[in-house]
Amino acid sequence: MNAPLEGRGAVHAAEDRVAMPAGGGAAMLPAGAATTPGAATMPAGRLFRAYLSEAKYESIRMLRSPGFAGPFLGLPVLLYLLFGVLLFGDPLGHDPKGALFVFMGFSVFGVMGPGMFGFGVTVAMEREQGLYTLKRALPMPPAASLLAKTLMSMLFVAIIMITMIAAAPLGHIRLAAGQLVGLSAVNILGAAPFGAIGLFIGTWASAKSAPAFVNLLYLPMIYLSGFLIPLPKSFQWIESISPAFHLHQLALRAIGAPSLGDPLVHVAVLAGVTLALTALAVRRLARVG
Amino acid sequence: MTIGHNSLAQLSGVSKRFGAVLALDGLDLEVRPGELLAVLGPNGAGKTTAISLMLGLRQPDRGSARLFGLSPLLVEARRQVGVMMQEVTLAADLRVREQIDMVCSYYPNPARPEVVMEMTHIAPLARRPYGKLSSGQKRQVQFAMAVCGRPRLLFLDEPTVGLDIQSRETMWATLRQLVGDGASIVLTTHYLEEAEALADRVVVLAKGRVVASGSVAEMRALVVRTRITCISALAVERVRTWPGVGSASRDRQRLEITATNAEAVVRQLLSDDEDVQELEVRRAGLAEVFTELTQEVAQ
Repeated sequence: MNAPLEGRGAVHAAEDRVAMPAGGGAAMLPAGAATTPGAATMPAGRLFRAYLSEAKYESIRMLRSPGFAGPFLGLPVLLYLLFGVLLFGDPLGHDPKGALFVFMGFSVFGVMGPGMFGFGVTVAMEREQGLYTLKRALPMPPAASLLAKTLMSMLFVAIIMITMIAAAPLGHIRLAAGQLVGLSAVNILGAAPFGAIGLFIGTWASAKSAPAFVNLLYLPMIYLSGFLIPLPKSFQWIESISPAFHLHQLALRAIGAPSLGDPLVHVAVLAGVTLALTALAVRRLARVG
Repeated sequence: MTIGHNSLAQLSGVSKRFGAVLALDGLDLEVRPGELLAVLGPNGAGKTTAISLMLGLRQPDRGSARLFGLSPLLVEARRQVGVMMQEVTLAADLRVREQIDMVCSYYPNPARPEVVMEMTHIAPLARRPYGKLSSGQKRQVQFAMAVCGRPRLLFLDEPTVGLDIQSRETMWATLRQLVGDGASIVLTTHYLEEAEALADRVVVLAKGRVVASGSVAEMRALVVRTRITCISALAVERVRTWPGVGSASRDRQRLEITATNAEAVVRQLLSDDEDVQELEVRRAGLAEVFTELTQEVAQ
């Protein structure tokens, strides 16, 4: 082994090369290879950069596969335009409550897709392809990949909210800027529990079965949470099981519309789902990959 | 702790079972500073399992795995490690430079992506999407990703499979350079010539155990058998009685002989059968020798 470099200056000298020719006196290694402790620490700035770069490349990947991102981004506003404007626009023009119900319903619908499918399917796929195994072997900060995906699904929801807000006047919705900001904030944060559900499925299911498992939760959640189709009173207890119901109530509250239940309970349910499922999924990813 | 002359990575008395298969059976393996250690063995010998335990990808059923004196599950231990795995599909939509830049960001003191690409001869691929590369080019990119963090210890699992001769030699040259600069490398391979060209030390695994270990010269001494093949009408039973013949078998017209004294057997062959065709004499492949070694161990 060549004489290791000593000190900070030497590290910088070696920075522009991976290796120097044998016997060149400089090492590709960080300074003091023979004497440094077993643990390699990372300055906070570089650690932040690692998180940032993971998030950056996750979003670049998604933007480069429009076939994957397109349906999530476009579907909520297209369905809203179909039902809230084209088919029922006239009657809703005379029914402000109904118009708001449809608008809020499709907004919540838009929050669910990116997290559940984005996480569920991509995590299952990347696990199967060995990408997670490699990233576990590499010194990727443990939470970087999940954080990147969470930010990604939040960015998707932000884009969806922009499209929904742009379409709102066509559906006879008049909301103040403050209401729209509040609603968007709740929905963007609301992406987290759905990401956790997707992640949990993605860490257990195979790439082939993940979409089916996601749909198994996604479709009942759409129909049984009361945000698109009001349920008969006798079945309303079912709603409270669904995270989408709790998000819907918080979203209504954010615009000052009448809502059900205690907001703290809604927040607690959504935070609980996020933390519990993320913890289970992270544990499995760390052990099994 | 200080690593000094201690092992950089160590498996102590490690066993690992997958269902009915005992993949590792009380394995002891260490990687010393500045060495290129080649881990050889036939398919299913436990090479990849051993590496995955050293990297914390799997947990041993018995025994312990340490990386730089720490648990391999700690990211602080793995920050000093570069990895090239056997089977991995990277994001197809990311370009080569982006893949390398992303991995660089995981390390405290990485090289610049341009320098890495230059060194591993993939600079012309920098802007190509990974998914559009040939399988050999993908391996080269994975190699660049393994070295880009300037790791003190590199794990390379079958790195040259699928590479053309020129790319393989380029990779070998880079590996020699890295070892010359003080890095340690663990290389698993099927290829005897790869170990001969590169390794300071060789460990032969079979059925999850070390069946032989030592320098390349010491290992070559183990490979005393030679394989002779030819087209000949001679009876296998007769050939088996010749001095210096370990085993003989027939595959259609082709006679296959494993010899401990190749010269004597060839002389006998040529004198007994004047119509011998397509005579080939080569040193037995390590895989064959390993199989024999394991069988001996089993007996």
